Amino acid sequence: MKPFTRVDGLVAPLDRANVDTDAIIPKQFLKSIKRSGFGPHAFDEWRYLDHGEPGMDCSTRPLNPDFVLNRARYQGASVLLARENFGCGSSREHAPWALEDYGFRAIIAPSYADIFFNNCFKNGVLPIVLAADIVDKLFKETVASEGYKLTVDLAAQTVTTPSGEAFAFDVDPERKHRLLNGLDDISLTLKFTDRIQAYEARRKVEAPWLFA
Amino acid sequence: MQPRTLYDKLWDAHVVHVEPDGTALIYIDRQLVHEVTSPQAFEGLKINGRKPWRLASLLATPDHNIPTADRDKGIADPVSRTQVETLDANCAEFGITEFGMNDPRQGIVHVIGPEQGFTQPGMTLVCGDSHTSTHGAFGALAFGIGTSEVEHVLATQCLWQKKARAMQVRVEGALKLGVTAKDIALAVIGQIGTAGGTGYAVEFTGTAIRGLSMEGRMTLCNMAIEAGARAGMVAVDDKTLEYMRGRPYSPREGQFEMAAAYWRTLVSDPGAKFDAVVELDAANIKPQVTWGTSPEMVVPVDGRVPDPADAPNAVKKSDWERALAYMGLPANTPIDQINVDKVFIGSCTNSRIEDLREAARVASWALGQNRRVAGNVKLAMVVPGSGLVKAQAEAEGLDKLFTAAGFEWRDPGCSMCLAMNADRLEPGERCASTSNRNFEGRQGQGGRTHLVSPAMAAAAAVFGHFVDIRNLDNEVMQ
Repeated sequence: MKPFTRVDGLVAPLDRANVDTDAIIPKQFLKSIKRSGFGPHAFDEWRYLDHGEPGMDCSTRPLNPDFVLNRARYQGASVLLARENFGCGSSREHAPWALEDYGFRAIIAPSYADIFFNNCFKNGVLPIVLAADIVDKLFKETVASEGYKLTVDLAAQTVTTPSGEAFAFDVDPERKHRLLNGLDDISLTLKFTDRIQAYEARRKVEAPWLFA
Repeated sequence: MQPRTLYDKLWDAHVVHVEPDGTALIYIDRQLVHEVTSPQAFEGLKINGRKPWRLASLLATPDHNIPTADRDKGIADPVSRTQVETLDANCAEFGITEFGMNDPRQGIVHVIGPEQGFTQPGMTLVCGDSHTSTHGAFGALAFGIGTSEVEHVLATQCLWQKKARAMQVRVEGALKLGVTAKDIALAVIGQIGTAGGTGYAVEFTGTAIRGLSMEGRMTLCNMAIEAGARAGMVAVDDKTLEYMRGRPYSPREGQFEMAAAYWRTLVSDPGAKFDAVVELDAANIKPQVTWGTSPEMVVPVDGRVPDPADAPNAVKKSDWERALAYMGLPANTPIDQINVDKVFIGSCTNSRIEDLREAARVASWALGQNRRVAGNVKLAMVVPGSGLVKAQAEAEGLDKLFTAAGFEWRDPGCSMCLAMNADRLEPGERCASTSNRNFEGRQGQGGRTHLVSPAMAAAAAVFGHFVDIRNLDNEVMQ
């Protein structure tokens, strides 16, 4: 996994609540057996005027001029500003894969759906929770000022605005450690092999039917 | 010992290790695998030279991409076909039990797990699918995970988890005629919202829940995720034990009684503390119909589509306006005046035998009235949840009732719940659906979904618009 330390990035505002993972990456793209290449189809139904299918050349498709991410001023954004319950619905990890492949490294929202939130950490994408009034303020500043950037510092756990105002955010120490260092969960877990085997040995006595 | 909730008991029984910040390594007893969220996980295993930790903990079946008609002709879409063939190849390579596309036991993962007795009380069970919460109906801890975690469980039999908070959703009283588990689920989501359960493991309790069949409890737990809760659960009782008897993967003779004695302890202790409690009166729940693009956008069938002018705040107002525009509905439209173009009866929410009997009851009533699927309904399809459900329904003659009344009788799979196969809505088409999500584009780009119970969906097919199933039921009962 790509480590996440600090991002100094252009901000794109997606001003809708309850954005679901079906919207982030529609079902037809889930037929891929790969982990990469989902970026051109991120928000496909909102982003393009035609119907998207896997394998299309997206560079020639008609863009929806009303979709915020299509505006020239937000091209190259790496911080996504969103509203409450972002990433609800389906567990598809293709959603963070698509966001990451699109270029987003951090998301800022008042709340997330649990599975999506968890999936982000596995893919080097940092989902930051800030209070709704702060998020609202960031929305206003982003819209008001073209080229608006935020600095996200995971080690310091801060989001800093261009004027130098810093907002602290919480993150689980364990998740932070893994994300800062880009650590592979499975390798870490396999260090506990003895304990897993000891657990299994105990359970085989307590609940043998589970292993029958 | 402090009184514990069912969730506490399930959690405590599976902790392998705890980090100083409280993150725990949790043992996973079972994983269900399907074709959509597993290929990248198997690829990861291969790249790192790893193997599944415990093969007996795994059961695989293709469901999302599977055609529901003319299955003998194979899968027409080459991309879908490749994904299903990739699952077949991965299962063969690693030695994982798979019910392949033409196996009579194939079906939706969340239908076949319980049906086979693979899902059992007291287990931790995961799947790369958010509706894994379904299996909590058995007093199990079951939740959906992403593909990285699918790979993690394959490789280590464990997951890193923070313990969730516990929520009790208590539904007391008797359900009125025509009101089902689906209506309870939608009413709960309408009350607490799609994020109301975020961060919680939900236990459904109360006399109305005890009164539900195992199928009904599965429907309810299935939709816990639509309230934001990764896991929903119901305590073990006689119905749970009765269901578990004699299934292919149930504990064998000799071990069953030992297992059952343990399973009976899987209830919340009297006085156990929940972090949040939500209460509903079963008698007040009416048949529910969603009107918008989120499951929380729901009203009783005798209600009207809301007016954004009445929204509680500016964010909701714009949500409602956007939803009504997408759904093509004017504010204040009475629900029973909404016409439908298609009807879908199926999905991991409502494709079990009891669901099909409920829908068939309406088909039977229609035939008695010399009625069939209404002329304005282009397609009314019934998609059983598994090959075994299909066989059972055919043994009961339900398929004959459906086809005589103008419904299509299909082969099992996820089908038009998410339209990864050929079953989908065209832009602008409106559907009465027994599935679980009414998101924009969920059943096909531009498609408009209204979530309802199986009997409500069948009645909408017969009348061409939503009707209050209670009126029909009263007529049948008289």
